[in-house]
Amino acid sequence: MNPAQEDDVVQLLTPSGARTSGEYDRWVEDVDDNELMSLYQDMVVVRRIDAEATALQRQGELALWPPLLGQEAAQVGSARALRTDDFVFSSYREHAVAYCRGVDLTDMTRVWRGNASSGWDPFGINMATPQVIIGAQTLHAVGYGMAIVNDGDDAVAVTYFGDGATSQGDVNEAMVFAASYQAPVIFFCQNNHWAISEPVGLQAQVPIARRAPGFGIPSVRVDGNDVLATLAVTREALHRARTGGGPTYIEALTYRMGPHTTADDPTKYRDANELEDWAAKDPIARLAAYFQERGLYTEDFQSSVKAKADDVAREMRAGCVNMAEPETMDVFKNVYSSPNSWLERQQDHYARYLATFDDTAADAEGSK
Amino acid sequence: MSSMTFGRAINAGLRKAMENDPKVVLMGEDIGKLGGVFRITEGLQKDFGEHRVMDSPLAEAGIMGTAIGMAYRGYRPVVEIQFDGFIYPAFDQIVCQVAKLHYRTQGKVKVPLTIRVPFGGGIGSPEHHSESPEAYFTHTSGLRVVSVSNPQDAYTVIQQAIASDDPVLYFEPKRRYHVKGEVNEGVDLSAESMESARVVTEGSDVTLVTYGPLVPTALDAAVAASDDGVSVEVIDLRSLAPIDFATVEASVRKTGRLVITHEAAQSGGLGAEIAASITERCFYYLEHAPVRVTGFDIPYPYSKLEFHHLPDLDRILDGVDRAMGRANSLSSLEG
Ligand SMILES: Cc1ncc(C[n+]2csc(CCOP(=O)(O)OP(=O)(O)O)c2C)c(N)n1
Repeated sequence: MNPAQEDDVVQLLTPSGARTSGEYDRWVEDVDDNELMSLYQDMVVVRRIDAEATALQRQGELALWPPLLGQEAAQVGSARALRTDDFVFSSYREHAVAYCRGVDLTDMTRVWRGNASSGWDPFGINMATPQVIIGAQTLHAVGYGMAIVNDGDDAVAVTYFGDGATSQGDVNEAMVFAASYQAPVIFFCQNNHWAISEPVGLQAQVPIARRAPGFGIPSVRVDGNDVLATLAVTREALHRARTGGGPTYIEALTYRMGPHTTADDPTKYRDANELEDWAAKDPIARLAAYFQERGLYTEDFQSSVKAKADDVAREMRAGCVNMAEPETMDVFKNVYSSPNSWLERQQDHYARYLATFDDTAADAEGSK
Repeated sequence: MSSMTFGRAINAGLRKAMENDPKVVLMGEDIGKLGGVFRITEGLQKDFGEHRVMDSPLAEAGIMGTAIGMAYRGYRPVVEIQFDGFIYPAFDQIVCQVAKLHYRTQGKVKVPLTIRVPFGGGIGSPEHHSESPEAYFTHTSGLRVVSVSNPQDAYTVIQQAIASDDPVLYFEPKRRYHVKGEVNEGVDLSAESMESARVVTEGSDVTLVTYGPLVPTALDAAVAASDDGVSVEVIDLRSLAPIDFATVEASVRKTGRLVITHEAAQSGGLGAEIAASITERCFYYLEHAPVRVTGFDIPYPYSKLEFHHLPDLDRILDGVDRAMGRANSLSSLEG
């Protein structure tokens, strides 16, 4: 069985932009043309953010960037389903989710520029800062969900991770806890088919979504390049979680069109034909085709979306290149929440050390 | 002799070990087609096949645990941990299983496992990509821990590590991968033990002990100090567990002064171990308390500030001045 095989995949918009219908229609009945157009706009904007950030990396303004190209629908569709009081625990590629949560655009680039260990205040946008350790965040989401239950609240914790991450013990332990405590959690796996150079077949021999039922968690496979379908399945999972139905596992079938990060060269391991196949399933093009069919893809619409994307990209670039440089002594900040005598001593010694350069400078100055 | 980079030298050493012993297998994430994120295993899967160079699922505990299972059947697995910070998911398998199996089974089970870890900072990476976790492992009995600093040692020691019947953590200073050097591929592996420290440059005033990424920096410091009239003897430990104290001891008896430098945080680090051990052994020879020049007791900082955390030439020289009792940054305190 090919783990990427597309059986039983929820789809509401075909790659050529035709609207299909099925049992998931009821979850998106309220989504009118305006709503669809705004989903489209978000996808175009985040693709533009991604391109701009990639360019910033090439220009030396960012140290690294993990592109999301191709995964816009999986991220926008799921993130737009959330309420503000839901909480997201993602990995490092979920820029579109962060955008939908309302992240400040400068904050989005802060970590990747090397100016901070975390870009934003998690409680400001109800989204934890990016996780680099593969899969670790899934446990945090489950714990957050357990706390929601204790509080008698109806918020939901949502965790994003990749197909590679499903091999980690943490992700499997997260599922054990989620099921045992019936935690209101959505496991949102973006199966983008590659973990750096490793194809999904190295992580799983059956569709990844089939693992969850073994833990007692209902699961669904969705066309991750179909923004309407990802919105629908996420809404269903949110409803289940809010009404005491516990966790849901969503596997969104999508594709990483670009490199793993700006430091990676996918031509070393990936067949160009595969990329072509997936380009034909592009999440943005299919919605454009749908609009075109219905006469909604007007020049006005296109130019307003483009203008928005340009504005966002300009704002992000300006925020990035004008970011204040960190202060040296910041390295000692926030290691502990209250003073620590060991560290205070090291900080004092380092300040004295740095001061010797002032003296040298002053000496040099004086002897001129 | 041929000239090659540090990274190439490890590749050549792995190749030689695989040619010499069909039981040597490589495991790790992205090590096959891609040749690893640092290309250290480049070309090996093509030449030795997928059964000997195995791309592993993305699971470090899984990699380590299954390597133990292979060792039970007589294999000599060499696993690659992609970056230092990703060794922690495998920590339990390493310290509770790999390290203790020989002891627990009264010597019946051997774990000839080599764990390759690209470690240390200085390459501008995001968090978890620049850690120096060696002290966790030197604190665990049953593990051998080495760190090489130049292409020749990289080539020689990787083969010695693989040949060892004990588990060996082999720490590769990733920021030196592109450094070139002469490598004698015909080196006699039994001529020198990987446990022996190396006196890199001789000196008479101060012993400067280091390993891995800071060896070249220490050498630069020795040159700069000699311009200042201080003769520094630089020792590259190579083996961090066990430490070749005899070599360090002989040097300190000669110089009377000890400076230790490493990238890892200070508290509970190897510098503390070396300072204490040498103080025990050479108390009456010491003319100044051992001095440590290390990373701070902080999580590895974001890249814009990492060069404050990492000991550099000037910080090491300041440490040398302290050991010499010359004017230094802490003079006002010592007043
Ligand atoms: C514990 C751990 N091991 C290894 C890595 C190195 N690494 C970073 S991303 C990655 C691949 C992740 O693949 P996947 O989970 O499918 O997510 P994707 O990058 O495709 O979004 C690897 C191996 C890491 N960050 N953390």
